[in-house]
Amino acid sequence: MTCLPGATQKKLGLAIDLDTCVGCHACVTACKGWNDQGYGAPLSDQDAYGAEPSGTFLNRVHSYQVQPDQGAAQVINFPRSCLHCEDAPCVTVCPTGASYKRVEDGIVLVNEDACIGCGLCAWACPYGAREMDQDAGVMKKCTLCVDRIYNENLPEEDREPACVRTCPTGARHFGDFNDPDSKVSQLAAARGGFDLMPDMGTRPTNKYLPPRPKDKRAEASLLAPLLDIQATGFAGWLDRVLGRI
Amino acid sequence: MHPAPSVIIFSVLSGLGFGFMAYLALGFLSLTGLWAFGGWAIGYGLAVVGLLAATAHLGNPQRALLAFSQWRSSWLSREGWVAVLALLALAPIALGDWLGFGVPYVWRGLAAALALITVFCTAMIYCQIKAVPRWHHWLTPVVFMGFALAGGALLAMQATLAFVLLLGLAVVMLALFHLGDRQFARAGASMESATGLGGIGKVSVFEQPHTGGNYLLREMIFVVGRKHAMKLRLIAVLFAAVLPALMAAVGGVALMLAAVLVHLVGAFAARWLFFAEAEHVVGLYYGKR
Amino acid sequence: MTQPQIDTSPKVSDEIRQTTCYMCACRCGINVHLTSGKVTYIEGNRAHPINKGVLCAKGASGIRQVNAPSRLRAPLRRVGPRGSGAFEEISWEEALGIAVDWLAPLRDKAPEKLAFFTGRDQSQSLTSFWAQNYGTPNYAAHGGFCSVNMAAGGIYTVGGAFWEFGQPDWERTKLFIMFGVAEDHDSNPIKIGLGKLKARGAKVIGVNPIRSGYNAIADDWFGITPGADGLLILSLIHCLLEAGKIDLDYLARFTNAPLLVRSDEGAEKGLFLRNAEGKPVVVSNGALVPFDQAGVRPDLGATYEGHRTVFQHMAERYLSPDYAPEAIAARVGIDAARIRELAADLARVAFDEAIEIAQSWTDFRGETHDKMIGRPVSFHAMRGISAHSNGFQTARALHLLQVVLGTVETPGGYRFKPPYPKPAEAHPAPHCKVTPGKPLDGPHLGYPRGPEHLCLHDDGTPARIDKAFSWENPLSAHGVMHMVIANAHAGDPYKIDTLFLYMANMAWNSSMNTARMMEMLTDKGEDGEYIIPRIIYSDAYASEMVAYADLILPDTTYLERHDCISLLDRPISEPDAAGDSIRWPVVEPDREVRGFQSVLIDLGARLGLPGFVDAEGAALYRDYADYIVNHQRRPGVGPLMGFRGDDGTEEGRGAPNPEQLQRYIDNGAFYQAHVPEGAEFYKPWNKAYQDWAVKIGLYDAPQPYLFSIYSEPMRKFQLAAEGYGTRQPPEAARARLRQAMDPLPVWYAPFGDDVQGYPLHALTQRPMAMYHSWGSQNSWLRQIHGYNPLYVPTKIWNANDFKEGDWARVTSPSGEITVPVAHMAALNEHTVWTWNAIGKRKGAWGLDEDAPEATKGFLLNHLISELLPEKGDGMRWSNSDPVTGQAAWFDLRVKLEKVAAPDEAQPVFPALNLKEVQV
Repeated sequence: MTCLPGATQKKLGLAIDLDTCVGCHACVTACKGWNDQGYGAPLSDQDAYGAEPSGTFLNRVHSYQVQPDQGAAQVINFPRSCLHCEDAPCVTVCPTGASYKRVEDGIVLVNEDACIGCGLCAWACPYGAREMDQDAGVMKKCTLCVDRIYNENLPEEDREPACVRTCPTGARHFGDFNDPDSKVSQLAAARGGFDLMPDMGTRPTNKYLPPRPKDKRAEASLLAPLLDIQATGFAGWLDRVLGRI
Repeated sequence: MHPAPSVIIFSVLSGLGFGFMAYLALGFLSLTGLWAFGGWAIGYGLAVVGLLAATAHLGNPQRALLAFSQWRSSWLSREGWVAVLALLALAPIALGDWLGFGVPYVWRGLAAALALITVFCTAMIYCQIKAVPRWHHWLTPVVFMGFALAGGALLAMQATLAFVLLLGLAVVMLALFHLGDRQFARAGASMESATGLGGIGKVSVFEQPHTGGNYLLREMIFVVGRKHAMKLRLIAVLFAAVLPALMAAVGGVALMLAAVLVHLVGAFAARWLFFAEAEHVVGLYYGKR
Repeated sequence: MTQPQIDTSPKVSDEIRQTTCYMCACRCGINVHLTSGKVTYIEGNRAHPINKGVLCAKGASGIRQVNAPSRLRAPLRRVGPRGSGAFEEISWEEALGIAVDWLAPLRDKAPEKLAFFTGRDQSQSLTSFWAQNYGTPNYAAHGGFCSVNMAAGGIYTVGGAFWEFGQPDWERTKLFIMFGVAEDHDSNPIKIGLGKLKARGAKVIGVNPIRSGYNAIADDWFGITPGADGLLILSLIHCLLEAGKIDLDYLARFTNAPLLVRSDEGAEKGLFLRNAEGKPVVVSNGALVPFDQAGVRPDLGATYEGHRTVFQHMAERYLSPDYAPEAIAARVGIDAARIRELAADLARVAFDEAIEIAQSWTDFRGETHDKMIGRPVSFHAMRGISAHSNGFQTARALHLLQVVLGTVETPGGYRFKPPYPKPAEAHPAPHCKVTPGKPLDGPHLGYPRGPEHLCLHDDGTPARIDKAFSWENPLSAHGVMHMVIANAHAGDPYKIDTLFLYMANMAWNSSMNTARMMEMLTDKGEDGEYIIPRIIYSDAYASEMVAYADLILPDTTYLERHDCISLLDRPISEPDAAGDSIRWPVVEPDREVRGFQSVLIDLGARLGLPGFVDAEGAALYRDYADYIVNHQRRPGVGPLMGFRGDDGTEEGRGAPNPEQLQRYIDNGAFYQAHVPEGAEFYKPWNKAYQDWAVKIGLYDAPQPYLFSIYSEPMRKFQLAAEGYGTRQPPEAARARLRQAMDPLPVWYAPFGDDVQGYPLHALTQRPMAMYHSWGSQNSWLRQIHGYNPLYVPTKIWNANDFKEGDWARVTSPSGEITVPVAHMAALNEHTVWTWNAIGKRKGAWGLDEDAPEATKGFLLNHLISELLPEKGDGMRWSNSDPVTGQAAWFDLRVKLEKVAAPDEAQPVFPALNLKEVQV
């Protein structure tokens, strides 16, 4: 089973819009909240109120500054979670078969009952998508909320990952990349969705939508004064401006 | 990468043990009776203690048997299989040496091969990891095999062979240090490629995603001071290869045994560096490598 | 090989209870999932008008608030010295008995000796009602140290401000400009709005010294120098006027631009010319007529007997070359060319890309318009411009910019949320007349229309302990909470007996000059008694302030209480609907804690306060829930507008309905009254809106008004400063009042800039994943923000040869801290900043003493004095806006130098010993 499926029926994943993410961490704690009581072992915290708090989270939001050659630096917020790769190295390294990629939708999951907690899958993942839970000793990772997206106990509109449901700016989109008409496929096509570290050969499913160009100096013409105020005085300006009513 | 003692002990000891037992299997050290028992006990002891140490690394060691299931795709699973097969295959030889019955040469050759393949599999666990460019190099298994063969030769009292292999080990160690230092850059991984933001400009961290700790920071992002690393590299090459080689050149059982201990010191230093100096590309997301 | 069969439809929870979040002031609707009676998951309520299902990082971590070890257990009586943390647990009966023993005699003798101030609470209509009936003039909430400049600047200009008062027309706006640090108020609605803009590809511009958060996604960033926003805005107005790109029709019809300003010398110079009935007049077709008469077409350019229109005064002022981009570029830190580009952008979108809605409407003059014309430019601003000593005038300038563009209450622009629009005249004036044993003569807070409304004693000294509504800050509409402890300690204007605080961490992050504040709380007089003799405090958690109180009334968490988010207070309306909501106990407290509002009602009854007891002296309300349902502020108008009347069908007005709370719960804990079709825009002048507002009880009569480009109330204070009128300011205040109370928006340098030798501005922002002290005890959130570095711009970073992990000593005119530094490139080059209130005192908030919040986290508060440096005029002016008293947090100037890393961030205070009172 740790062999990857040749092809999956669906390619479920996220399109994450870096032009829209404000870095609020809403997705981080919504994910923690859901998965703390959802699929598998809870996401434990260590030294929760002490000097070195630490815990398991399946989604993290980085914040980078990018300095162009010319002009002002930019800040770009950058959520990072499992990309549900087509060539997922985390799956093939797993000695027990705990890690697997689902044939029906391409979700990469850990069967915690079979996980020995060797950590090799986390080593194999270039993206830091997997975090070993210190209490449970099993590997935790984004499940794409597999216990939400098909969950018949949830209203249909809620059958999406917790991070997507909670994202206040709507910077996270969920869907099937195998379907060219899906919202995520359309967004990725229209906005130039890109892969993280393509050189790693992992073929990620999740796509990142790049920030739109910023701080473009306007080519538009500047406002032309109505008339030479210095020459005509305020009265001249007033006549001119009111004459245009 | 975090230089976890369990994994360092495992790979050093089991590598030495399997290397040594390969020599025993091939009859390099023709021991009999209790001497044979003692020799094989050392070999088995090193291998088994190493393997047990490895289980200390597991979050759920009680499920370790499941690790035999994925030999088709997983080097770790293969290592498990081969290690067990090697230990089983070596057993009749060990018993034969001890109790004085013969085992066919084909069997001996096969068992020795399994012992060395175990070491190779161990190396491949690391070598396969593309996300750790320093490891992802053909020299990784060469160095692992080098340690097993050279260390094994020392323990097997093969002075001349050990001398040659240890010098060879020194060369491949230096080669791996040298090439390893360039691997990360060769892999083309940078903060720009990790984030895909390089088209805009130079990327650096504004704010980390969390001020608290996490598994990634503990396990994958270990920063070793450059000066410190250079010192350790010197110690590693001197103790693991150069000094034992010189001691082997002088020869003598006592000196050879002492050389094994010196070699082990170097091997531990080298293996500590193997992890500590290995940079995982995930560090790029944290602006650390 | 088969893959594991997993259950993709697990049961989510036993039950969902819908209530209102309280992890910040946003008031989002939440679904609280309960399993076996325990909270297991919290998510946004999709039907809720504020958050529409989304939830922020704080809200989604609410479960950790309920389980936090910092929670107080039971009422506490101090048994050791103040600050020691030595308390004994007592019963509620005993605690309330003590409070009554303290408060009852005070009320009969000198009710002003009680100062009752609340922090970020959302029940001000109750707390103010209680204080009013107690009879003390000393009541306010925390607006004075938060954003009163923004609120009051808006009310005095257009009759509303940003956030709770109004918001951009997210659906239609094409250009959105944010001024100042704006990541907290409000939170999710702005994020939702930004998301909508981004989805449409509309343009977002950020004017902010710091490019993080919302500003990080701005298409254009103007890294302005702090405190210069007003100058930039007036320069934009200059450019627009110069080019004639202003909405003349809008200005003539809906603003006071056509009113005539008296030019005759004397006590009425600068006031509006009025007719015999006192109504302001305009010139229409050459005749002098009341501004609101049918058929009037006000002439903006008119002059009548030397009296010129507001429009002329305005245009003349801002057309001055002093406001040209080239003249101000260096001061604001932005190239003149970029300022001109920004002005051109505004004009292009407002006028060339105007939108129209085919919807007729009738204005207050009776004229029917066949369409609604929209100028799709919108703005948002908050503390970044508010928390300066020129913040009020800057807020006014921003509203003026909106007004000249014709964007306020037009499609694509800025839209009011009911009960706004509501101009200053529609609000009460402040009251302060004390009669022992009786209620105050009216509501404490309001909007003065002139010096006659100041809260002064007959001898001219301030009537309020915080000196609100005094000559120091005449329009302090939210009070001046940050001065209460300092004034009470100094006995200026008088001493008090009991300080009663709710949810206000005045011994730490809610105070300027924190170290001194702690001294003031523990200082004793010659008699050996504390100078502030009694302190009662209510909080749910072991905050720093707890250690400094004498009697603790432990509050519940937000999931264990009743609350109402009321139209009488700070509702959750949207531009298209008035809205209010409730909290209710979705779980029961597992300890001896009580919702503060219920405790206050209990205290009110025990004290026999009018409004809380009936004629026989029996308690009127069982608890807050009972009050919410049955209290009537005016006949038929109570805290909640929905489900009123006997059958629960009446909206806004109607008899109390005993089923009301259950109906709210069934409806997702909120109610909305929708603005009718045709009333969505032009609300201040739209007959359909005005009539609807009367119908649902927002107003008692239609109250159309003109936007105040020129503020007559401010001119009245200026006249007083010029020597006119019977109420006269002290001499030392005259010059300051003349400048600050300019009736047209003006810019002056922040008072903080007066100091020499402190080249850098220092700011704070609230991280989006943390809300002040409400988050640090949260085990998830503190992993995200467990300490805060001081962010330093590239130039300063390089000049000091800083490296990662370095520390700096930061010095202001009043203090010094030593803190970790970090580099930030996207930052104004004269500005350093940090996250607000991450730093905690050791021993507080249920954290270990070596928690990073206490060892690496820090507050900038230590560097900020509540008083300005001596100026030699014999006065010690407060570090506040001279108009409203708003705390000028962002005026702070500092210098920094690299130092060897200390063991811990400096200053270090001894650990509080609150271990015994928690969990």
